[in-house]
Amino acid sequence: MIAWPAPAGLALALFLLGLLGLLTRTNLIFVLMSIEIMLNAAGLLFITAGMRWGDPDGQIMLILVLNLAGAELALGLVLLLRLRSRLTTLDGDSATLSRDAP
Amino acid sequence: MTLLWAIPALPLVGAIVLGLAGPALGSRMSAIIGTASVGLAAIIAGCIGIGWLQHPPPSGAFVQTLWTWVSLPGLTVRFGLYLDPLSLLMVLVITIIGGLIHLFSTHYMAGEAGYSRYFAYLNLFVAAMLLLVLADDLLILFVGWEGVGVCSYLLVGFWFADPANGAAAQKSFIVTRIADIAMLAGLLLLSTRIGTLNIHDLTTTSAHWPRGALLPEAAAALLLLGGLGKSAQVPLHTWLPDAMAGPTPVSALIHAATMVTAGVYLVVRLHPLFMQAPWVMHGIAIGGALTLLIAAGAGLFQTDIKRVLAYSTMSQIGYMFIALGVGAWSAAMFHFLTHAVFKALLFLSAGAVTMRLHHEQNIFAMGGLRRPLPLAFICFLIGAASLAALPIVTAGFFSKEMILGALWAAPSPALWIAGITGALLTAIYSFRLVFTVFFGRIITAPSGTYGIRILLPLFILALAAVCIGWLETPGFLGGNHLLSAFLRPTNGTGAAQIISPLIPLTGCMVPLLGVSIAWTLHRKGFWRMQAHRAQTPLAGFLKSACGFDAAYRALLVWPFLQLVAALRYDPVDQVSVWAEQAATALHRRLRATQTGHLRRYAAWMMAGAVATIAMVLFA
Amino acid sequence: MTPIFVISAALAVLTTALAITRANPVHALLYFVVSLLCMAVIFYTLGAPFAAALEVIVYAGAIMVLFLFVVMMLALDQAAILRERDWIARPSWVLPLLLVGLLAAELGRLMLRGGTQTAPISVTPQAVGVKLFTTDLAAVELSSMLLLAGLIAAFHLGRRDP
Repeated sequence: MIAWPAPAGLALALFLLGLLGLLTRTNLIFVLMSIEIMLNAAGLLFITAGMRWGDPDGQIMLILVLNLAGAELALGLVLLLRLRSRLTTLDGDSATLSRDAP
Repeated sequence: MTLLWAIPALPLVGAIVLGLAGPALGSRMSAIIGTASVGLAAIIAGCIGIGWLQHPPPSGAFVQTLWTWVSLPGLTVRFGLYLDPLSLLMVLVITIIGGLIHLFSTHYMAGEAGYSRYFAYLNLFVAAMLLLVLADDLLILFVGWEGVGVCSYLLVGFWFADPANGAAAQKSFIVTRIADIAMLAGLLLLSTRIGTLNIHDLTTTSAHWPRGALLPEAAAALLLLGGLGKSAQVPLHTWLPDAMAGPTPVSALIHAATMVTAGVYLVVRLHPLFMQAPWVMHGIAIGGALTLLIAAGAGLFQTDIKRVLAYSTMSQIGYMFIALGVGAWSAAMFHFLTHAVFKALLFLSAGAVTMRLHHEQNIFAMGGLRRPLPLAFICFLIGAASLAALPIVTAGFFSKEMILGALWAAPSPALWIAGITGALLTAIYSFRLVFTVFFGRIITAPSGTYGIRILLPLFILALAAVCIGWLETPGFLGGNHLLSAFLRPTNGTGAAQIISPLIPLTGCMVPLLGVSIAWTLHRKGFWRMQAHRAQTPLAGFLKSACGFDAAYRALLVWPFLQLVAALRYDPVDQVSVWAEQAATALHRRLRATQTGHLRRYAAWMMAGAVATIAMVLFA
Repeated sequence: MTPIFVISAALAVLTTALAITRANPVHALLYFVVSLLCMAVIFYTLGAPFAAALEVIVYAGAIMVLFLFVVMMLALDQAAILRERDWIARPSWVLPLLLVGLLAAELGRLMLRGGTQTAPISVTPQAVGVKLFTTDLAAVELSSMLLLAGLIAAFHLGRRDP
């Protein structure tokens, strides 16, 4: 078995990579993908915890996280499609209709 | 004597009737109601006076309590009327002279707009003044005090369409109000210390206070300030010359005979209190001397006939105060009596003169009027002679002698010197007035005639101005002491005065000297030159009664107006406006963060998370 | 076990880094799928075989495939990819790198405070199943409702407007 700090550090690194992708990329597809990366990293952390404590709850949480990721991605993609048909571009930076016009 | 309450009530009823229904009654009826109410009060007062002389009450006073006004744990005030020789004297003066002035006004003010309003105000004034002198309790006196102040304001500003008149009325009211605040403070002090403001109780209690202690000094000083304001003495005198903006009979009644003597009455009424306050008495004497001299000096330079008489009133009341300052209560009251008579005579004569000259009041526009207006000339001459205290023939001589004799008995000769100098100046300015107006060339020709209603009051007053002096004569002329005997129950016996014959002699010579100086300068045309020559700074200073007006304007009025201008746009409200503006500015700044950019929102959230974790880490 | 773990970990980090820096979204997604497969291996090395199976079947096999389908539906041409290259300009990485670095430092510090080292324990699928369907049954029901909601929402939002 592996000592738990190693997978935890890996989970942290993956999470940070996902976060970086979220903050940097303008294309909405990549934004959604970065969210998936972050969710996956969180799931890894859960498994690590389950391994550390010997508790099945870790894997159960992973199942639920997977569940969540699936539902969220489906909706996100549908919204992405609607946005694209409206804005004719996938650029997240041009979707500024929610700004506060002075 | 049980009809005492009718004396203030009759003019009050007259005022109410005229106030409510005056215009509907018409001018003739208004005149009748106005004059009759005061006339009836005079008749009742006369009957009471005769009854008093025949059967004076043993206690020396008659009290008529009408009802209880205030009943609190710390203070009970009963609305009562107190009749003793002092108040009887004042009541007779007020009602009789008031009645004569009402009669004069019916002709003088004929044809004016607001005729019935005038009589309503005048009646109200007489009612308030009677309440003041008959009051049993200092709080009732204060009600009358304020009442005369209000009526003075209403009457000085009678022709309110001209803003200058309104300003003069406001000035008189505000200055006397400032004095009244001091008086109210004095009343509060006394009522909290003694628990009652009843005059009789007050005088008996205060007579037992230690002489020179803080309480009588403070109370006396505060009440004195109130009296100074009402009587137009230095330093609260600036309102009286401006109050001449009112009709001339008003000046005769209010600003010569009655209201301005309220301060004198107050001190005499409360003289046991004042006797326990020697410092205040010194202050009264010095203030009286100062007013005497300053006002007499100012009278020498005035060009308006009524302003000369106003300064003369100020000066003569200064004489009364200086007499009060040395404890000569009866002398002050005697001078009050003679002054009321001759000053009313002077004002009414001046009114009669100006009436015939279309209300021209500049004395240098008048001249040589003794031939066209002989009756007015005689009356005015008698009044001026009484004012100057020409020996023996005039009433003013006797009262001034009494005062000068009392001053000579004072510890310091400075007061007597001030009195004598004042007498000289008085003679000079009063005869300056006579010579300038009635002698020389005619400059403005008079028109019109007099009616009986003008002449009758003038005659009666002229007669009184000659004869009334015989009530109280000094030793070398018969030693008649009717007045002081009459006033003894109130004022006590004065100190026996040993006067060398030199004093009355000086008192005789000085007025004659003043008349001759005025005549010489008149012959030389000196007075006429005053009108045309440019005014030297010294003359200007003396003319304005030593610049008190200008000083008050610079020290009090100007800063106040600056404050008003600064507060015009409500700076205190600006604080809440700034709060609103700050909130709006912050809102505008924060609005700029709502860009709509998804990535930017995510970045901000990240930054927030970083900060929070940092706080958790390092807390 | 440890070398397998190390290799898989390195591969996972590498492919994830590549995924977020590609211009072509399909390439990026495929790199991510590889990263998921490495994750599955890591799960196995951590003694959670059931989780590893689920990762491959559900995450890589269903969710990412869905993603790929939609991306391909978008029919991105060469012009889009060139445009994307413009969007990944150098300056736009500075601030995110800064923020991420700060967060890394903080969380790393938190982790390194660390607790005690104990012996890792492997969890069998039977244990998972038992716990899932007895103690955590409510979670199962709720997650099924979540899926239903997602299904209905996606169906509704995806409809063409008349």
